Amino acid sequence: MTTTTELTETTLLRFATAGSVDDGKSTLVGRLLHDSKSILTDQLEAVERASASRGAEGPDLALLTDGLRAEREQGITIDVAYRYFATPKRRFILADTPGHVQYTRNMVTGASTAELTVILIDARNGVVEQTRRHAALAALLRVPHVVLAVNKMDLVDYAEPVFAAIAEEFTAYALELGVPEVTAIPISALAGDNVVEPSANMDWYGGPTVLEHLETVPVTHDLSHCHARLPVQYVIRPQTAEHPDYRGYAGQIAAGSFRVGEQITVLPSGRSTKIAGIDLLGEPVDVAWTTQSVTILLEDDIDISRGDLLVPSKDAPPTTQDIEATVCHVADAPLTVGHRVLLKHGTRTVKAIVKDIPSRLTLADLSLHPHPGQLVANDIGRVKIRTAEPLPVDSYSDSRRTGSFILIDPNDGTTLTAGMVGESFASPEPVKDESEDDGWDF
Amino acid sequence: MTTTVAKADEGTEAPYALSHLDALESEAVHIFREVAGEFERPVVLFSGGKDSIVMLHLALKAFAPAAVPFSLLHVDTGHNFPEVLEYRDRTVARHGLRLHVASVQDYIDRGVLKERPDGTRNPLQTLPLTEKIQAEKFDAVFGGGRRDEEKARAKERVFSLRDEFSQWDPRRQRPELWNLYNGRHAPGEHVRVFPLSNWTELDVWQYIAREGIELPEIYFAHEREVFSRSGMWLTAGEWGGPKDGESVEKRLVRYRTVGDMSCTGAVDSDAVTLEQVITEIAASRLTERGATRADDKMSEAAMEDRKREGYF
Repeated sequence: MTTTTELTETTLLRFATAGSVDDGKSTLVGRLLHDSKSILTDQLEAVERASASRGAEGPDLALLTDGLRAEREQGITIDVAYRYFATPKRRFILADTPGHVQYTRNMVTGASTAELTVILIDARNGVVEQTRRHAALAALLRVPHVVLAVNKMDLVDYAEPVFAAIAEEFTAYALELGVPEVTAIPISALAGDNVVEPSANMDWYGGPTVLEHLETVPVTHDLSHCHARLPVQYVIRPQTAEHPDYRGYAGQIAAGSFRVGEQITVLPSGRSTKIAGIDLLGEPVDVAWTTQSVTILLEDDIDISRGDLLVPSKDAPPTTQDIEATVCHVADAPLTVGHRVLLKHGTRTVKAIVKDIPSRLTLADLSLHPHPGQLVANDIGRVKIRTAEPLPVDSYSDSRRTGSFILIDPNDGTTLTAGMVGESFASPEPVKDESEDDGWDF
Repeated sequence: MTTTVAKADEGTEAPYALSHLDALESEAVHIFREVAGEFERPVVLFSGGKDSIVMLHLALKAFAPAAVPFSLLHVDTGHNFPEVLEYRDRTVARHGLRLHVASVQDYIDRGVLKERPDGTRNPLQTLPLTEKIQAEKFDAVFGGGRRDEEKARAKERVFSLRDEFSQWDPRRQRPELWNLYNGRHAPGEHVRVFPLSNWTELDVWQYIAREGIELPEIYFAHEREVFSRSGMWLTAGEWGGPKDGESVEKRLVRYRTVGDMSCTGAVDSDAVTLEQVITEIAASRLTERGATRADDKMSEAAMEDRKREGYF
């Protein structure tokens, strides 16, 4: 590993971690930062000072990542923390989320923007209930790549059979949930095996180290099968002598790609026109794609404002006032049937009401509990929502950005709930359904 | 079991991959436009430091060819580098922007704030800032803070809610999901917005180089009269140095961050171009604040406490 003196532009990978302190997650994160030379002298010194003042023997790498005083005093992590590191090949944004059962909402938050999740397992314990919860969350959030890091291999004599059995059990489970790709890697975060450097202790393993995998996993997808979507954020109208008639629709492309000359439809109005030009932050381009922030110029003067959605005319989503979704409740106060809320989807915020909560899901065994009446913090469940205006929603499985929404408390602005439109998991699988009458609707 | 991943050669991810700078730029522009669409009176904190210069550059790009729909706010400690103030005024004039100034010196002159024994004025910025926000009824305040700067900032949100006392309560911060920012707030409350949340120091410098953004001269190596205090080179001046036992010498230095003269240290450097500066930073083994900001060294919880009070 060299230091990050490569000054070329690389790509960016956003990834998340899931696992508990006991699994060695802080050590893994500390090791990634340390071995990729992302921890600088003064940060290490600060950690050493803090470790020494607490009477610790060596530097506690977990201190690199525990940010708030409340956590330091209690020795826990209570929120999502973002870490940054780079290698000559790639820039990384790590959403570091605590793995304790109460912090489902943090994992949902971290995974919502992640292209990859690293799930950590203690090789001595194998696949435990918490592992199944982490796998289910990665599947729910449709994280494209999952890495299973089987940690503490040094404590099981670096034995291949131990790793193979765990990897097989986990992979079968995750694929059943619809996780598209699992990469299992045997590591020792403490000793450094297969985190950054290949392990001399596990020559039976021929795959990449954690960092090598992070550096090479694709960060783009084939856009030809994506529905193109552009939520309009802002209308740019200079009304100056130089630009008397300029009217541009600014937004970040949420999915797919747009091309000059393409026939588009504006939702919810349904009016159609052609793209006359695409302005990519000051540079005219013929084509632009997700997640570029652009300004679109149209051939006809249509009444368009913030909250509208531009879509290809041949590929428009249906608009609906009845949304059925899987949600994670993230607020301390419960979500109840009849709750009046605001729903933010893309760039549009509308009034809505929670019509029904058909079921609550237990992540550990995927059992359904019909009609719970309410969802409390960290609950995952199904909800039916009626919106005051029609919304062009996609299924979350088709589009993470236009298939997701948040519910907001109209009184104090609290973010209540994270929602994902459509089915929970990519493939229906047999689960223990406690209700006799409803079929499997998850 | 293990899915093998083909080694991606340079460029195989084109045409749909964004470079890391393009991805960060696009995200920051999205944040600016969200605020423009959802708030009544946004303001951009502008100090003439490199992070706020990059913020302004991104804002200009986000709304071009129209004007930036925000005004600027500078909290002037009274100990600013003259080169930086000159840069500030020139930039404001060039883009036809409106600048608000909250002056620490005013507060000291009026007896509302007291000069600290060590002459450091950074901690005194909180009150002028929060009172200006209240007086002008700003409901969104853009700051150049980055989450890589300090551990307490690693948990900061892009949209950070502040109460009517500008206080930051970690337990009231909202989860941020996907790119759906929630800017709702009660009257009197405001939201601090950090478009550079996911940038690192090196990203900022690379972006400055790529975009050809002009910076105040003190970011490049120049001869300056400095003296040593707490292991940093401080600029000699009326603000409070050198004191007895401190001796002034002429050295070739540059600044990695720009803040109050009393607590912003220079580093020995002969980097006179952006490329040389970036090479020096990339090779440096010290984070920017650790090397040059006395106020961040106060204690492990210093930043957290000041954020709670309404600091940036």
